[in-house]
Amino acid sequence: MKRRDFIQLTGMSAGAMMLPISSFANSVDPARFLDPLLDVQQKKALADAALNTAKSLGATYTDVRIGRYLNQFVTTREKKVQNIINTESFGVGIRVIVNGTWGFAASNNVTADGMKKTTERAVAIAKANSKFQKEPVKLATTPSYGEVSWKTPIVKNGFEVPVKEKVDLLLNANAKALEKGANFVNSIIFLVNEQKYFASSEGSYIDQDVHRTWPNFSVNAIDRASGQFKSRPAFSAPVGMGYEYLDGKAEDKIQGPGGVIMYNKSYDIVEDATMAAEQVKQMIAAKSVEPGKYDLVLEPSHLWLTIHESVGHPTELDRVLGYEANFAGTSFLTLDKWQSKKFNFGSKQVNIVADKTQVGSLGAVGYDDEGVQCKKWDLIKDGVLVNYQAIRDQVNIIGQKESHGCCYSQSWSDVQFQRMANVSLQPGKEQLTPEQMIAGVEKGIYIVKDGSFSIDQQRYNFQFGGVLFFEIKNGKIEGMLKDVAYQANTQDFWNSCVQVCDERDYRMNGAFNDGKGQPPQSNAVSHGSATARFNGVNVINTGRTI
Amino acid sequence: MAILSKDEAQQILKKVITFSKADGIEATLNGNDGGNIRYARNSVSTSGEDSNVSLGVQSYFGKKAGTATINEFDDASLEKVVRRSEELAQLAPENPEFMEPLTQQTYQDSKTFIEATANITPDYRAQAAANSINPAAAKEVTAAGYLTDSRGFSALMNSKGLFAYNKATSVDFTVTMRTNDGTGSGWVTRNFNDVKKLDTAEASKVAIDKALQSRNAKAIEPGKYTVILEPAAAGDLIGLMFFGMNARQADEGRSFMSKKGGGTKLGEKIVDERVNIYTDPWNEEVPASSWIGGGGGGGFFGGGGGNSTGLPREKMDILKNGVVSNLFYDRYWASQKNVKPVPFPGNRIMEGGNASLEDMIKDTKKGVLVTRFWYIRPVDPQTLLYTGLTRDGTFYIENGKIKHPIKNFRFNESPIIMLNNLETLGKQVRVGNGEGGGVPSLIPYMKIRDFTFTSLSDAV
Repeated sequence: MKRRDFIQLTGMSAGAMMLPISSFANSVDPARFLDPLLDVQQKKALADAALNTAKSLGATYTDVRIGRYLNQFVTTREKKVQNIINTESFGVGIRVIVNGTWGFAASNNVTADGMKKTTERAVAIAKANSKFQKEPVKLATTPSYGEVSWKTPIVKNGFEVPVKEKVDLLLNANAKALEKGANFVNSIIFLVNEQKYFASSEGSYIDQDVHRTWPNFSVNAIDRASGQFKSRPAFSAPVGMGYEYLDGKAEDKIQGPGGVIMYNKSYDIVEDATMAAEQVKQMIAAKSVEPGKYDLVLEPSHLWLTIHESVGHPTELDRVLGYEANFAGTSFLTLDKWQSKKFNFGSKQVNIVADKTQVGSLGAVGYDDEGVQCKKWDLIKDGVLVNYQAIRDQVNIIGQKESHGCCYSQSWSDVQFQRMANVSLQPGKEQLTPEQMIAGVEKGIYIVKDGSFSIDQQRYNFQFGGVLFFEIKNGKIEGMLKDVAYQANTQDFWNSCVQVCDERDYRMNGAFNDGKGQPPQSNAVSHGSATARFNGVNVINTGRTI
Repeated sequence: MAILSKDEAQQILKKVITFSKADGIEATLNGNDGGNIRYARNSVSTSGEDSNVSLGVQSYFGKKAGTATINEFDDASLEKVVRRSEELAQLAPENPEFMEPLTQQTYQDSKTFIEATANITPDYRAQAAANSINPAAAKEVTAAGYLTDSRGFSALMNSKGLFAYNKATSVDFTVTMRTNDGTGSGWVTRNFNDVKKLDTAEASKVAIDKALQSRNAKAIEPGKYTVILEPAAAGDLIGLMFFGMNARQADEGRSFMSKKGGGTKLGEKIVDERVNIYTDPWNEEVPASSWIGGGGGGGFFGGGGGNSTGLPREKMDILKNGVVSNLFYDRYWASQKNVKPVPFPGNRIMEGGNASLEDMIKDTKKGVLVTRFWYIRPVDPQTLLYTGLTRDGTFYIENGKIKHPIKNFRFNESPIIMLNNLETLGKQVRVGNGEGGGVPSLIPYMKIRDFTFTSLSDAV
């Protein structure tokens, strides 16, 4: 149970950018990333030592997670390398049920003796907490999988790519943006590799190798005369892929409305930085929006965050039940709404699925952090709330026998709990392109890329900004707007969804560090959609003078 | 071994420095013992303890620096970590902004460590939770709370002869009380270095009362209202303002502190002249470490001083009579601008007045009382515009009295506009780890006119 430390990089965005690094992470030579440390049989022997100890101490269930977490962050600004950070964190987290109560302990001492001692601590904590237990833990059954493994299907392991190659790529992107007149550029490549070994007293031994990659930048323009400044972030997505995401293949480029180039399964950072420098100047010169009701056409690079906040979080069962009441909050999607089987979450166009198996997504794994094989399931079907996201010790509360497989811990040192799966809006069934969608809008705004965001603790009222805003008049894009934010009630908003483009326009984006819990833990999750239209949404003007 | 004494830390660090073969070396030793208990649905959900000591070593050759960390302290391990940092420094690209470490500084002892907090036990935490849960359950209210405590030390030594040491304790408590019918919610926060000042039963009663009083809130129209902000609410926005007071960003033209046409607002009046905000590490109510990086827990503000690690903290004005007295300069930017480095403060103190909350309500014809803000996010860094919502107890005031609870509002407001629209300052209260960042603050109750609420929320 660790608090998190952060390294602050000033100037990356509006204020500052935080790099999440575990307190237990040690700085290492990047060459060490390629050492395997322990093989599967060594991990199994260690895990068995913990499982046997727990059983002898009266545990009715035990799981052991031996985890090695590798991170690399390469950061630059303008023509300079700011930092290269390589970290490794290695240890074990052991969770037991004793007297119907959870106990958890973690240690970086991954030896037979260390496993035994950590197990004893976990059992002692379970026994102490059982004094307060009102309802004993009930675990949904899950099959015993035996010895299995899963890997993110990467083509190029980012940790094998020389740091110099990454530095050169970022400095090249920076140089292109500066050439085009940007005043400042910060850029970064984040790489994550989670090497996770899970063993349970139910006979599953699961070895997984998970990769995530995120290139990002912030291109800034400043108009000293007017005192205005704007920043344009990268149109990349954080992905569950290897370094091949940075290949920038021609077939993955999408020429969107308003002359915007978007990216799908690979990303061209140099091209995007060049384009960003042009756009950020236009953002300053744009017309300030007239507040009022508009039809919004929301691009997938923007809509993912609205899905995340207004659908992903309120469908988490632990929030619905009140476990997160003191921090993240509860949910307006109370059990009675789900039980009614007719709660009108959205219009008929709104079909939303949770999916822990989607290739290339941040949340994709073979098995979750309590040994449940991952799957895909419906949350909103034809606009109606049909299910939640739940794990083994809570799914019985909604009368279901099978966990949804969305239990996660950010590290070996933190206890696993319910975390959001990839939650995505399904593409429309009718053939429809974004251009055709815009052609049907009389008075609207086309919004590209996520910006400012805020939502209440039960997920009713939200406000979202964006990065590029294009005014739509009589079916045509007229030019750029600024000072745009939209406010809505979640249910009203999703009921105002009148069209979703077809699967050709479907793309994912996501959150690399979604926070939840006390002490807070981070989760990586993707959200897919095609461009979608929402009618009559309230737009405010955020321009002020100080 | 998480808490090392000054002598123990100095001994380890001296050995580390003697192993160095680089142009220079700086070593930091941080240790922390922490514990926490979390409860929800009137029952404990998780609890735990953690303990960690970590040594970080930075070696440099010219402007090439490398950092390595380790958590083993035998001689062989100490030498290994020094060698690794030297290897990484040789591999690193030149950093044109690299600053050599500081020479010896003078530090006063800080007041951040309290023995009683260092001695918190799992039984204490369990009882603190029970003292919060039991009164809630008795009133048909559901408690969800979190108590976290830590005791830690931080030590720094370098090859230029600098040595610094500090130890600190803290305890942070929050609880959300919700009526069982789901129509009322209350919240309270407490943050101290000294656990003897914490009474979770007293704090929980405040939140329970708020939950009961906030049942069946009525909707009123969004718009501009006179508000009385409790210190937790105002403190969040003031904390966020501090994050924007970085001198480099202001000089570069990308801050609300940048001036139209060039230059910064340093020395200019930007808010009401009754606004006085300063930092003072020696303040008895919100003591801070006497040096940067000396938090004693390895946390955000305790650990990462960047190139300013080791700078002594001083009492310093931030806003004096509404005028910007200081922006924050790291050592590199200070060297570029030929000024003295100004480290990020370890605490925030805003001067208050004598009025109690009751006095302020009595003097209000029409207004809104806000317990706290939630999900505060930046909207426009040019004007420091933030959006967020009220939460856990929002009330309508009419003719000097609280008339009824009201539904929560979304606001869009800038702390700069807020502090220009100041009506009255009340008594100060210590607030801790809110959304405004993790340094403890003394913030007064404040009455503000024309605070901008832009929509209603159904959330309870």
